[in-house]
Amino acid sequence: MTLKDLSYFPGCSLATTAKENNASLKSFLAHFDITVSEIDDWNCCGSSSTHSVNKKLALSLAARNLFLAPPDKPLLIACPGCYLRLSHAKMELNDSKEKAKEYEDHFKKPFHKDIQLLHFFELLVKMNGKGLLKGLGGRLKGLKIAPYYGCMLARPPKMNKQKNHYGLIEKTMAALGGDPVQWPFLSTCCGTFLSVSKPGISEKLVNRIMQGAIKSGAECIVTACAMCHLNLEIRCRPENRLPVFHFSEVLSLALEKNASKNWFKRHLINPEPLMEKRQLILCRAPIKGE
Amino acid sequence: MDTIEIIETSGDFAKQVEKLSHANLNRCWHCLACSGGCPFAEDMDFLPNVIIRMIQFGLKEKVLKSSTIWLCVGCNTCSMECPNAVDMAAIMDSLRQMAILEHYLIAEPGILSFHNSVINSIFRHGRTHKLEIMMKYKIAEKDLFSDFNLGLKMLAKKKLDLLPSKVKDKKGIKSLFNLSGGIS
Repeated sequence: MTLKDLSYFPGCSLATTAKENNASLKSFLAHFDITVSEIDDWNCCGSSSTHSVNKKLALSLAARNLFLAPPDKPLLIACPGCYLRLSHAKMELNDSKEKAKEYEDHFKKPFHKDIQLLHFFELLVKMNGKGLLKGLGGRLKGLKIAPYYGCMLARPPKMNKQKNHYGLIEKTMAALGGDPVQWPFLSTCCGTFLSVSKPGISEKLVNRIMQGAIKSGAECIVTACAMCHLNLEIRCRPENRLPVFHFSEVLSLALEKNASKNWFKRHLINPEPLMEKRQLILCRAPIKGE
Repeated sequence: MDTIEIIETSGDFAKQVEKLSHANLNRCWHCLACSGGCPFAEDMDFLPNVIIRMIQFGLKEKVLKSSTIWLCVGCNTCSMECPNAVDMAAIMDSLRQMAILEHYLIAEPGILSFHNSVINSIFRHGRTHKLEIMMKYKIAEKDLFSDFNLGLKMLAKKKLDLLPSKVKDKKGIKSLFNLSGGIS
């Protein structure tokens, strides 16, 4: 598999509320000459709400993206929620000839059952395997990081044979010179949409997570999920504030002049004092639109 | 824990749930691993494994009117804990859909209303527009002020876009809704 040319599914969060996640991911990949091209006219993966109340609609929305993606390129999916929805749809279509036929008739196109869906973690493992991340250590210099996965690596029993990447944030951060802490809340769900419809529940979970990170001695939390990032920032009480970075932002910060200052201005919990303290402010000038 | 009285039972409820969710309820040992791992268990009226037991006893009305089925966000933490690979999240999805289709009283109407706001946004734009979802949800719930300051802060930080990110092929999106039974 070539890593240089990937098709790309950003998902709604990265296209809107988490633009800094999108930009930092692309900036990091560009450093290694990996280009990503967005699937033309992609739609929402269906998100939690659709499969919660209408399973068929969840499959239909995810399927449209699978049919739109070029079959000959790996499809990089930046958001772990979208990754799960699209992989689930791929599995459903592969498990049932009738379903695959129904959607082939609907989209008037063949379904490519082998289309490769690539989790960002998987890509990182492959990049590391090719030795691309060697020699990058240093810039994070002992930065104490609480790696946070939330529910992003959990999946239904039917998919439990697929690779899991617990420990990847820790491994990568340590390789880049950071110091990942041990803490108990790394895979506690942030509450996802309950943040809007049951903010009390979300607030309780988020503050438990943030307090746990503070008690573990972490200076910041690193998450690979845009939804978790948003929830931790918006439902955190002032006394439990700790900067939260997108995984892609920290990866970009580990490279010389790869990060843009503008990403960090979009954070609700200002990470700049920590970045100054840790001399991580050697950012490049922002590109238009960042 | 409270005792649940079995007064009226629906004999084929377990079969219905198994058919919809493709989960095997009989594999559950009631070891409580799912309930112990569930981050939302303390706010639920029945623990996840208790829901399975209630389904087995045919307590359809109690299950479909419970808040548990709505507080489950489908994070799959239970699936990671379960030693017998019972697909609890799929069971919860199926229970919510049964509650809607069979017009049971919804224990957490705010959560359903949020889901509908999201689905509406996808119907209109093909993608989710967070500002619109929040506004419509808040208006539907007559709760305009609880997150007002947060909303302003998010707008100031450009976290909320005023205009949606849109799919060009609107017809294509509408046809998916037609294929899938539309909005509940």
